[in-house]
Amino acid sequence: MKKLFIAAFVLLLAVPTYAQRYITKNGFISFYSSAPLETIEAKNDQVNCALDTQSGFFVVKALMRAFVFEKALMQEHFNEEYVESAKYPNSLFSGKVTNIKDINFYKPGTYQAIIEGKLTIHGITNPVTAKGTFTVANGSIIGEAKFPIKIGDYGISIPAPVVGKIAKTVTITVNVHLNPLK
Amino acid sequence: MKKRLAFLIISFWFVGTAFSQSDSLNSLMNLFNNYQPPTVYTEASFKTIRVVLGQSVETPAKGDMILDIQHHFGYVNQGAYQFFGLDQASMRLGFTYGITDRLAVGIGRSSYNKTYDGSVKIKLLRQSTGKRNMPITLDYFGDVGLNTLKPQDLSIHYYFTNRLVFLNQILIARKFSPGITLQLTPSLVHVNLVATPADNNNMFALGTGGRFKITPHTSINFEYYAMLNKQPSSIYRNSLSVGFDIETGGHVFQLFLTNSEGIIGQYFIPGTTGNWRNGDIIFGFNLTRTFVLKKPKAFEK
Repeated sequence: MKKLFIAAFVLLLAVPTYAQRYITKNGFISFYSSAPLETIEAKNDQVNCALDTQSGFFVVKALMRAFVFEKALMQEHFNEEYVESAKYPNSLFSGKVTNIKDINFYKPGTYQAIIEGKLTIHGITNPVTAKGTFTVANGSIIGEAKFPIKIGDYGISIPAPVVGKIAKTVTITVNVHLNPLK
Repeated sequence: MKKRLAFLIISFWFVGTAFSQSDSLNSLMNLFNNYQPPTVYTEASFKTIRVVLGQSVETPAKGDMILDIQHHFGYVNQGAYQFFGLDQASMRLGFTYGITDRLAVGIGRSSYNKTYDGSVKIKLLRQSTGKRNMPITLDYFGDVGLNTLKPQDLSIHYYFTNRLVFLNQILIARKFSPGITLQLTPSLVHVNLVATPADNNNMFALGTGGRFKITPHTSINFEYYAMLNKQPSSIYRNSLSVGFDIETGGHVFQLFLTNSEGIIGQYFIPGTTGNWRNGDIIFGFNLTRTFVLKKPKAFEK
């Protein structure tokens, strides 16, 4: 009886594991904002990212505190006052490569990709569409994309004294080197 | 039992197929759950390196230099003739540099007793969550002051060591929430030459302080230093300060009311004479400005 239950359970669990998955823990994300008084740039090289080449599902998870700024004070203010990292520690993108049929993940080369999904920053979720590329080489996949977001869409307000220092639109660059999941 | 099991399996299967798409997305996301979150160190327990007069657990980041301009005016109860104390000002100019994120050194000069000071602050423990859990931040702060006033009594021979005043502190702070931080500061002030036999060479004191954020950019701070081995005949009083911090990007303005004339710990901990109840209240401010002298690694070209 017990065996039957376990067997059934294992069978059920085994069903979705057909996919080919690629993953990294050291993906790179940077963002760049240029305002008349100040340029703000931050880099994060500890981004989690996974791609399912069968279904086209694509997930990116970034720890907000891992963003490094040129000025330590900026970093502190970013975490403390703007994105509230204590309350919302991660940003998450979950979506799908919509033109997955045009990409052959088994043949080396660079492929144009369109990725659609939901981006959550500061606890607020918005739909996002980004154009990027997947480069297949030596058994791994390099994903690259660049897209703008409006920080107002994510409930991040800019206080009056620094309004000239922070741009309303921020450009996000993603660069992930994905390896097959063993 | 069998019936129930069959129902369970079927319902599992049904749910499994119906949501297979989003389930696949979730299972992709679940891949990250096995990763241990890295250690996250608590940032910004205080806005700057001081609570009000005394040191906070904060140190400048590696490669950052903080310029420090501190003013204490006269007692406000002196009335309009002294412009409520603003005619008199005692000030200190200082620099603090972060050698690493956990080690800072500083120098300064106060007009009070024409004193030079040199200090070191070391973060021994850092409040953190994640892989490593630490409930508090603990620093050591040491400061040596050199009083360079000309001797008043020329009949006595003064040695160089007579001019030295020392401060040793353990700073223990916990950021309870994004807006509330409290700090305990056991302190020892050693004065090589005291003015009268009624004064202690070694003064032990316990500092308590805290900050309460009002908005992301402003906070109310308080600080109280209680002398522990004060002699009954002593004329000195415990130091009490209440402040208001305003942060504007690179600058922090700390406006405060206190009963202490001295700016460095060696002077305000054992040497405060003002009495709040008599209106011996001093208005003062600290202005700190951070300069980036060395950029972090990711930005080096």
